[in-house]
Amino acid sequence: MITIRAIINTANPFSLLLGHTQTQTQAHARVSECEMFAVENGLQGDPRLKAISDAIRVIPHFPKTGIMFQDITTLLLDPVAFKHVVDIFVDRYKHMNISLVAGVEARGFIFGPPIALAIGAKFIPLRKPGKLPGKVISEEYELEYGRDRLEMSVEAVKADERALVIDDLVATGGTLSASISLLERAGAEVVECACVVGLPKFKGQCKLKGKPLYVLVEPSQFDDLTL
Amino acid sequence: MFAAENGLKGDPRLEAISAAIRVVPNFPKKGIMFQDITTLLLDRKAFKHTIDIFVDRYKDMQISVVAGVEARGFLFGPSIALAIGAKFVPLRKPGKLPGKVISESYELEYGHDRLEMHVGAVEPRERVIIIDDLVATGGTLSAAMSLLESQGAEVVECACVIGLPEVKGQHKLKGKPLYVLVEPSGLDEFC
Repeated sequence: MITIRAIINTANPFSLLLGHTQTQTQAHARVSECEMFAVENGLQGDPRLKAISDAIRVIPHFPKTGIMFQDITTLLLDPVAFKHVVDIFVDRYKHMNISLVAGVEARGFIFGPPIALAIGAKFIPLRKPGKLPGKVISEEYELEYGRDRLEMSVEAVKADERALVIDDLVATGGTLSASISLLERAGAEVVECACVVGLPKFKGQCKLKGKPLYVLVEPSQFDDLTL
Repeated sequence: MFAAENGLKGDPRLEAISAAIRVVPNFPKKGIMFQDITTLLLDRKAFKHTIDIFVDRYKDMQISVVAGVEARGFLFGPSIALAIGAKFVPLRKPGKLPGKVISESYELEYGHDRLEMHVGAVEPRERVIIIDDLVATGGTLSAAMSLLESQGAEVVECACVIGLPEVKGQHKLKGKPLYVLVEPSGLDEFC
């Protein structure tokens, strides 16, 4: 069923909640959860999303047994699909007065800078411990086994800047949560977190630490023929 | 191989780029004057100049692959690749790339490290540029070249934002041209 949601101004995900006129009760429940996948957020039927999804390779049992690794390097080998990713994010954020794009090491470094350049924002790398020189703040986050830390240069951020956090994939949301904390501790306002791929556990859950989460595609499936 | 001696003499963009790079003394250890490009990324104009200069240089050279060295090569490479319509290939630390990889070891000041690349990322006879933020000894770039050449690709040039004095006057690295935008920034007492 084509809903009015699909054509409401998509610059702000919360606009979906305001102009909705569906009558089915099931649809009412879905809207209140505020879907965060691009296909439900103004890009329904957009062929670029399929091209992006098709370009992502699945590697089973990497880095360990049971994990179906979403490999975005094949997306980077497809200049048209890679450009679609950047274009979709740029179209979404160019009028949102974003002054800062923060990218999570290392795959966030691949998507973040082209977006930052196109929207005229600064780019800030969020790095593993010990990599950034000068004054840094750090935030711990949980891994499946153990903990890790993310660092950010304090001098890079001014109070009240509007920030976007970008990474290739959101799984548990731990890394993005740590990123949000770092930016907020420095006084910035995190407007949204953006990822190319989002694991299904986030479906229907459009917020992370109270901040909107925008994802282009769900994980690709493993195809016996691809390897 | 410095841009100022290679067609961009007097180009004000080079000065803007140089001025945007911060020097952090004694990082990661004593005696090293670290060239910090994160301040360049905070300067939208200077960062755009950096990308524009590389894009202008490579857009008509039939480059089909931009290979970037983890992690700071990832900050520059993809934007260049997108603008010239090339593939981007990440060259990574061991164990990060899934699937079938080839690896090449290179020397550090103390010990060795390794760089990996996906098998099948480049095809024979593809024309490649390799990008990193800075060239010091050339060890990493040499390893990167070996990886690409082992797959039959042709490395057209290595490109870096900053080049340390050790490579000044040395236009080639393993026989391949090396193109650098600026020399290291000096330490500003007022930083």
